Amino acid sequence: MTLVSGWGRFPVVDSDVLRPRSFAAVGEAVSAGTVARGNGRAYGDAAIGAVRTVTMTGFDRVRSFDPATGRIRLEAGVLLSDLIDTFGPRGFLPFVVPGTRFVSIGGAIAADVHGKNHHCEGGFGRYVDSLLLRTGQGEVIEASREQNSDAFFASVGGMGLTGIILEATMRLRRVETGWIRERVISASDLDAAMRALEAGDAATYSVAWIDCAARGRDLGRSLIYLGEHAGRGELAEGVDAFPVGKESRLSVPVDLPSMALNRTSVRAFNELYYRMGARRAGGSHVVSLYPYFFPLDSVGEWNRIYGKRGFLQHQCVIPQAGARAVLGDILDRVARRGDASFLAVLKKLGQGDGILSFPLPGYTLALDFPVKGDILNFLDEIDRLVVAAGGRLYLAKDARQSRATFAAGYPAVPRFNAIRKSLDPAGNIRSKLSQRLFDEV
Amino acid sequence: MTSRKSVLVLGGSSDIGRAAARAFAKAGYDAGLAGRDVAALEPDAADLRARYNVDVGLYKFDVLDTATFESFVNGLPALPDVVISIVGLLGMQQNAESDLAHATAIMRSNYEGPSLILGLFAEKFLGRGSGTLVGVSSVAGDRGRASNYVYGSAKAGFSAFLSGLRARASRGGVHVVTVKPGFVRTKMTDGMKLIGPLTVEAPVVGDAILRAVENKTDVVYVSGKWRLVMLIIKTLPEAVFKKLKF
Repeated sequence: MTLVSGWGRFPVVDSDVLRPRSFAAVGEAVSAGTVARGNGRAYGDAAIGAVRTVTMTGFDRVRSFDPATGRIRLEAGVLLSDLIDTFGPRGFLPFVVPGTRFVSIGGAIAADVHGKNHHCEGGFGRYVDSLLLRTGQGEVIEASREQNSDAFFASVGGMGLTGIILEATMRLRRVETGWIRERVISASDLDAAMRALEAGDAATYSVAWIDCAARGRDLGRSLIYLGEHAGRGELAEGVDAFPVGKESRLSVPVDLPSMALNRTSVRAFNELYYRMGARRAGGSHVVSLYPYFFPLDSVGEWNRIYGKRGFLQHQCVIPQAGARAVLGDILDRVARRGDASFLAVLKKLGQGDGILSFPLPGYTLALDFPVKGDILNFLDEIDRLVVAAGGRLYLAKDARQSRATFAAGYPAVPRFNAIRKSLDPAGNIRSKLSQRLFDEV
Repeated sequence: MTSRKSVLVLGGSSDIGRAAARAFAKAGYDAGLAGRDVAALEPDAADLRARYNVDVGLYKFDVLDTATFESFVNGLPALPDVVISIVGLLGMQQNAESDLAHATAIMRSNYEGPSLILGLFAEKFLGRGSGTLVGVSSVAGDRGRASNYVYGSAKAGFSAFLSGLRARASRGGVHVVTVKPGFVRTKMTDGMKLIGPLTVEAPVVGDAILRAVENKTDVVYVSGKWRLVMLIIKTLPEAVFKKLKF
């Protein structure tokens, strides 16, 4: 047994970790209580097998690529960073990228990850045409919208619980450059932020960074980042059409003491960040896709700033209608509490694609908290607000929600479980997350 | 596509071999992959073609089958610009201490085969007056240690062969690179306890090999830390060294 955790480093649990080198070996690795793991960027316990964890990053080959259509067939362990670095210079990028590029294709499908364009272009799964799935009962099936469609829609956003994704065929976006034309808007409070995001519906990319240390009149003050793919003509002369993705030069070498992030340091950081951003607001400028999409990737192992005990990310989505009131309530509680981090993100989402996909039309808010004190009780309170508003939590980030919160947020679970059962009658595929939220006890 | 440079990777299915082939293909080299099981190399060939739009050839090569080396070299469609030998066998030290066949396999896979094949290519390269040979040796060859001296001694022999070949070939326009990767997370080291800060991923080694070839470096420790570690290990007096268990 090995101690395993997700990106949040909470919880840390025992699981057998295997690294198969062939699809045959993947098949042999599956036994009672197995789940696949990609690059380990799910925050909580989603990619940890109840008994056994099968790491898929060794499967990193591109099987075929058609530059005429942008269609690509890949093994599930290919990382988005690899895909971007390899095909970006050839004029192709993934349609959807989450906030880190260090995720595997299999993981991105299983979590149906979303990006800054979800409000208009949907999630990762929308651009997946088919996938090769090794089910819990040992069948290897190709699943698509036409063929084995139940397995397909259960696998997109299915947190790896339909089986092990071996390969996928997806479409890439043709781009002229690897640069983004960015426009920054400063919003002095939550109403202004939400107005700016509504107005940003027409933009391909939109996201708001919220200063969750701000209170009272400043509650919800934000910087909104809108973005479009820049054409060649928008680049200064002599600038390469595709920027170089730098290795992270900064890295957090050790676990910081848990007091490093406190009310004062976070407030000071946020104040500075907001003012600097507000000064840039108004005009537009061209930035590399790397800092635009992946600001945190430039700091290696940033998860260590929360100290050894790890951290929790709470990401909820609230349906459009009730969003303003609930978001205001949550932000007010968080601001009064004072220990949320500087990483608070607000974004509009559209309809999800998979049966268990997280997105629904409304607003998603992501907050980070160090694991300490009564944080678990506090988040339970927040969950009650989310559930009352008809919202739910993102499973790829979750490490602690209750069964009741999950069941209320994901009414399609019975249908999902029925498909799961048909693919895996013996129930071999189980993660720590599924034990916590899905499985019969 | 004869105008493009080409690389031949011996041991093309190993993790370092795949990484090296990717690094060179990314830099625009056409690639040849050689290994015992040609069919097993097919997915890697497809990967290189899809990623980098280069030509890829596959060749059967068995490092223990030295009798076939000459026909292997002469049978290639063209003499490559760069040949990289990554073949090797870590084996099991404890078994090798009493099992002569196993010890022989380790010695032949790490010293005899790689040296003979690179020696053959050296003759061809010297005849042409250009080319680069890369031998992936090991820090284990810097000093024989109790825990893996059968492997280490074979790598030491290979390092010495490369050193001498380099001195001779440099006068004929042919460059020889010795690579000492240190700990690399690969199939070969699966399940071994590796020391985190001294361990690199295979792509780092692939990139280091490409850089060494382009910069005409002689000896490469992939991580600079290893140069220091091995300097200390090499300078320990034998009386002290023999008491160490590692």
